[in-house]
Amino acid sequence: MHALADIADKYDRGYGHFTTRQNIQYNWIKLEDAGDILADLAKVEMHAIQTSGNCIRNISSDHFAGAAADEVIDPRPYAEILRQWSSFHPEFSYLPRKFKIAVIASERDRAAMRLHDIGINIVRNEAGEIGAAFYVGGGMGRTPMVAPLIREFVPLDQLVTYAEACLRVYNRYGRRDNKYKARIKILVHELGKDEYARQVEEEFAHLLGQGVEPPFAELKRIRTFFADPDFKTGLSSDIDESDPDFALWARRNTHAHKAPGYVSAVISLKPVGGIPGDASAAQMHVMADLAKEYSFDECRVMHTQNIVLPHVEIGRLHALWAKLVEADLAAPNLDTVEDIIACPGLDYCSLANARSIPVAQKISERFASTGKTAALGELKLKISGCINACGHHHAGHIGILGVDRKGTENYQLLLGGSEAEDTSLGKITGPGFDEAGIVDAVEKVTDLYLETREDGERFLDTYRRVGMEPFKEAIYG
Amino acid sequence: MKILTGNDLKSGLVVWWDGAGWSPSINDAVDVGEDGATIMAREEAARNVNVPYAIEAERDADGGVRPAHIKDRVRALGPTVRTDLAVAKSAEAKGWDWVI
Repeated sequence: MHALADIADKYDRGYGHFTTRQNIQYNWIKLEDAGDILADLAKVEMHAIQTSGNCIRNISSDHFAGAAADEVIDPRPYAEILRQWSSFHPEFSYLPRKFKIAVIASERDRAAMRLHDIGINIVRNEAGEIGAAFYVGGGMGRTPMVAPLIREFVPLDQLVTYAEACLRVYNRYGRRDNKYKARIKILVHELGKDEYARQVEEEFAHLLGQGVEPPFAELKRIRTFFADPDFKTGLSSDIDESDPDFALWARRNTHAHKAPGYVSAVISLKPVGGIPGDASAAQMHVMADLAKEYSFDECRVMHTQNIVLPHVEIGRLHALWAKLVEADLAAPNLDTVEDIIACPGLDYCSLANARSIPVAQKISERFASTGKTAALGELKLKISGCINACGHHHAGHIGILGVDRKGTENYQLLLGGSEAEDTSLGKITGPGFDEAGIVDAVEKVTDLYLETREDGERFLDTYRRVGMEPFKEAIYG
Repeated sequence: MKILTGNDLKSGLVVWWDGAGWSPSINDAVDVGEDGATIMAREEAARNVNVPYAIEAERDADGGVRPAHIKDRVRALGPTVRTDLAVAKSAEAKGWDWVI
């Protein structure tokens, strides 16, 4: 993180943008500096390999992996072995289109697993054995699809071989004549999941004898890299909630840990009225220092554009929070309507049709000023500035899509999406709005939710119970 | 009017055809009429500009140039959410209301 901050200062304009790919994006890099930046990254074992092109992109995973109380095993060694397998894989360097893989190992999906080209969920079967469920053919973009289950259980010592079989069938038959029909989701959809799975099984049987799987010794080596840090024992799990501001942050921005006396603490990069995912170089330095002091020198980027310190002693949580407050990094809004995913939009992106960031800013300001954020509870709002869906609008409980209407910005509203274990795709409410209108429309649908929800219902639950019509009525009259 | 825009390859700056070269200021853009394709082919071949394209624009009341599409107005001034990073000369002349 210190190195990322230094790059922001030295080569960019003093800040960076953390993205839904669990990466960082710099927006002001000069081409002639690119080589020096890559050299600086390499010094800290980072790189920009396979961040574009029709290849396998970075493997994403649960941001609480190795810390979460609810996981079957730590998925990171398997994500890493897939990273090594996919890096410079000669057969998959020119696929029909880009390819994204996510690996999780718990029932709760915190990585939008079924909205990836391949989603791998490591599970325990009825016999107590651990293996991987493969979901293939998901994605967002202009043709959003939820990945169907292709195989319920792949033994972990055949994981890479099965992934290779999935890629091989895609590489052989995925369309190369039409960019917009080239993702694997189109192939799986056109073939049908059963026929696609049959072809994968045929290829898998062939590959099993080819020595594709890495040696067990390599997996063991990788596991040592992800070994648990030296957790203390006998720690208290009590949180002193006498400070109400701290208590609110601790309730919202921490996640249950597998080690007693610890939590994972989330640093929100969504201050009210701020730019979702942006952090200044100074803030990055602060986060790096806090990671070292409070979380075994480890921090991670979440796909929700926040940063997590995975292993924090509960007894030191207040001290951490106080330092976050000083750095303007203590917004207590994880998973609330203020915790908005937004793509860079027209302000930065040449593909965008509309600006995303100003809409996110106005929505967070509106809800913070009306005080409704707490009442609304968990509400995932996601904004994309074009149909490519980098802001995951299809998967928002409330989604917003910016479109171009004769040279002016227009925003469509979607309801009912989810990228969690109950994955679903949002539906468009109807005619779009201008910038002010979309903020009002979001408030109208949330007001209806507050009026009609039953005990314990999130916004998404209420939407699923009552359907679209009452919300359309509230918006359009 | 029709004007030409693209990016400077080394710096990434947004640039505008000013009749003799590529300027970072939208205020310097000139009407290319029907000559756009010829100019772009020549300039791109000479590697003076990266991925140029022609856009519609109109004259401001103050004689400046205003692209028809918001995308190019954002490109002219910089991100609307970081006005501190604006293309200073243009932003000073136009003001941010000009973008929206």
